[in-house]
Amino acid sequence: MSDSGTPLLDFFFAALRAIVIFAAVLQIVPALVYFERRLAAWIQDRIGPNQVGPVGLLQPLADVIKLAFKEDLTPEGVDKWIYRLGPALVYAPAILAFTVIPVGMDLQVASFDVGVIFLLTIGGFSVYGLAFGGWASNNKYSLLGGLRASAQLISYEVALGLSVIAILMTAETVDLNSIIRQQWAPGAAGLLEWNLFQQPLAAFIFLVAAFAETNRLPFDLPECEAELVGGFHTEYTGLKFAMFFMGEYVAMITMSALMVTMFLGGWSLPWVEIPTSPSIGDVALSVGIFMGKLVLLLFFYIWVRWTLPRFRYDQLMNIGWKVFIPLSLLNLGLTALSGVLGWNWLIPLPW
Amino acid sequence: MTQNPENSGRNTPVPSAATLEKELEKGWRDHRSGARPSSVSSVTEDDGDGRMVMNFGPQHPATHGTLRSVFTLEGESIVEADVEIGYLHTGFEKLGEHMTYQQWVTVSDRMNYLSAINNNVGYSVAVEELLGIEVPPRCAALRVIMCELSRIADHVLCVGLQGMDLGAFSVMLWSFEKRELVYDIIEAVCGARLTTSWTRVGGIIRDVPEFFPDLVYSFLDEFPPIIEEIHGMLLNNKIFVDRVKDIGKISTEQALSYGLTGPVGRASGLTMDVRKDSPYLGYDKYDFKVPSQTEGDSFARYMQRMEEIEQSLEIIRQAMATLPQGEVVHDDFKTSLPEKDAVYNDMESLIHHFKLVMLGHGIRPDKGQSIYSATEAPCGELGFFIASDGSDTPYRLRVRPPSLYNYGLFPRLAEGGMISDAVAILSSFHVIAGELDR
Repeated sequence: MSDSGTPLLDFFFAALRAIVIFAAVLQIVPALVYFERRLAAWIQDRIGPNQVGPVGLLQPLADVIKLAFKEDLTPEGVDKWIYRLGPALVYAPAILAFTVIPVGMDLQVASFDVGVIFLLTIGGFSVYGLAFGGWASNNKYSLLGGLRASAQLISYEVALGLSVIAILMTAETVDLNSIIRQQWAPGAAGLLEWNLFQQPLAAFIFLVAAFAETNRLPFDLPECEAELVGGFHTEYTGLKFAMFFMGEYVAMITMSALMVTMFLGGWSLPWVEIPTSPSIGDVALSVGIFMGKLVLLLFFYIWVRWTLPRFRYDQLMNIGWKVFIPLSLLNLGLTALSGVLGWNWLIPLPW
Repeated sequence: MTQNPENSGRNTPVPSAATLEKELEKGWRDHRSGARPSSVSSVTEDDGDGRMVMNFGPQHPATHGTLRSVFTLEGESIVEADVEIGYLHTGFEKLGEHMTYQQWVTVSDRMNYLSAINNNVGYSVAVEELLGIEVPPRCAALRVIMCELSRIADHVLCVGLQGMDLGAFSVMLWSFEKRELVYDIIEAVCGARLTTSWTRVGGIIRDVPEFFPDLVYSFLDEFPPIIEEIHGMLLNNKIFVDRVKDIGKISTEQALSYGLTGPVGRASGLTMDVRKDSPYLGYDKYDFKVPSQTEGDSFARYMQRMEEIEQSLEIIRQAMATLPQGEVVHDDFKTSLPEKDAVYNDMESLIHHFKLVMLGHGIRPDKGQSIYSATEAPCGELGFFIASDGSDTPYRLRVRPPSLYNYGLFPRLAEGGMISDAVAILSSFHVIAGELDR
């Protein structure tokens, strides 16, 4: 995973990493869809998909085949290019943002010096996809969905970014691997080194904003079926719809992965030493740890989705601008203060 | 040969769907406010006032049927709202003029398919009052039990849908699971689940099976926990409470003047309940309260339905404890059908059956007689007006469906709110399109 010295080999390794990690992410999506449907069924006292393949495991595959062979409708009066661009602009940023996430010990597609910043920048692009899709569909439900999506994403991106900045201030780096290493300390007490406990407010804001960023309940206003039928993807069929769908799930995985990296110690566990020259086994173990944390977080996502009702549009905006942005600014101020004074602002507090 | 004027239209171009939609929207605007600029607001065209006309239905997930509302939007706020009914018009009332009194029972349960038993009973009670006959006590008690079971199923579904429309999908499925217990009982009693056609003029189709009490008692044991579960999911949830509190407020005066009945009316401070005010089927024998709320918002309607479920459970408990034995069909076979077994084995019964079933011999109220009879259906006061001309079929059969009256206030409540509020209001009204359009 380190530089081999020859540019060709470097390129080869980079390409290999890209292919393997992207392929893995794309495999997680159907698995996640299946996982979500079974979990939803479990929460709702149903059975869920259990007919296609062993215990229904091939259901996502069947869904993809079905979507691929659906008629690809383009409604009358749409702006064709923007209509086609929409799904791609949702899907591509979500998967691009994943490039900087270290899925294992120093294992990522691309390690920039700007790590997190790149992720936030690229992740923000998906708002264009939603807005384009909603606008180009020539459908009033889609238009409203697209508008809601843009307003929501822009508002919550501020809170998300500010909560990340608080972490960057204490970490004094934007390199995700260094942030993970800083969160590591041996033994059970090492758990407290996680930013989840060091920066609980930032973690909470990040979690909520991540829900809003990925349009999941209780923030699924852009596509809420009871009001806007399908929101921005009302008019999309076949693989274009599948792209939107995949984009949503990849964004969910990316956001969860970022949450794991920033707040939950990433690929490290307090009980597992971080070796200086890792073997293949160490890397594999770290990937396993990362995946375990990711699955737990995704479970949380799904659990919330099938439990809570959704907000109203103005309530959502109120919470975003009047609660979360002030809170994240407060957190930022406290973090800065503690940095100047040289103590952790959490410790003097009663708990 | 001169050209046939009917054929001349063939060469004129057929207007495209977009043109038709534009004309339709223009029509709506003119219909509401007279002089308006003739241009229309579609997604890509702007007529300068920043408003957009949006169809909310007839096919829309939140209408749970075919209701059409037309909203004029400013952003997401509804400036003007209008409703149009008739998309599920089926001519049930007119059918009544061509069907015998017994036959129309099957139509009554197609009206409100979520509480078919209540409609069957309501219609049968009306005809029985018209004929001046009284059903045997066992039949009355069974009708009460089934009506209350059906009311519980209806209310619990409505509460679940209220949750579903706001995004809490699990609540709906949990309520569906418990509602299934009611449908098991309905299936055991009449063989059908949705279109029950359970009652007959003068009685019910047949006596309940032997295991009926077991089913009802196990229902009474298994059902109540869901009330706590739904409360736990919705009442303790700030998102839900914020979405429904102070939304769609109806004052008591408004409720009176719009003729709101049932849970919707009682949530606004009315205390009327046909079961208490003019008891039928011996409802006065049972000890139950008529809950009512004062706030009149969507949240009050949710609470109202939950409290009514508890009262219905109480009525079922009392009715099961005092369930009399005996016949389930009125013994005057000039008006009520004899049992099928007797028809095959007994000449008298065969003759009665024949005369009742064949046209020209059956139930024939005196000419000029008419009646308005109301029962308390889950949605509100369900009234039937029946006028007789002395023949086998009613001269006129008219229904007062609670959904129609409840829906009348919907556009006034939706105005000033957001689209999301309109959904929250509509789901709390529980409008059944089949009943509304008849």
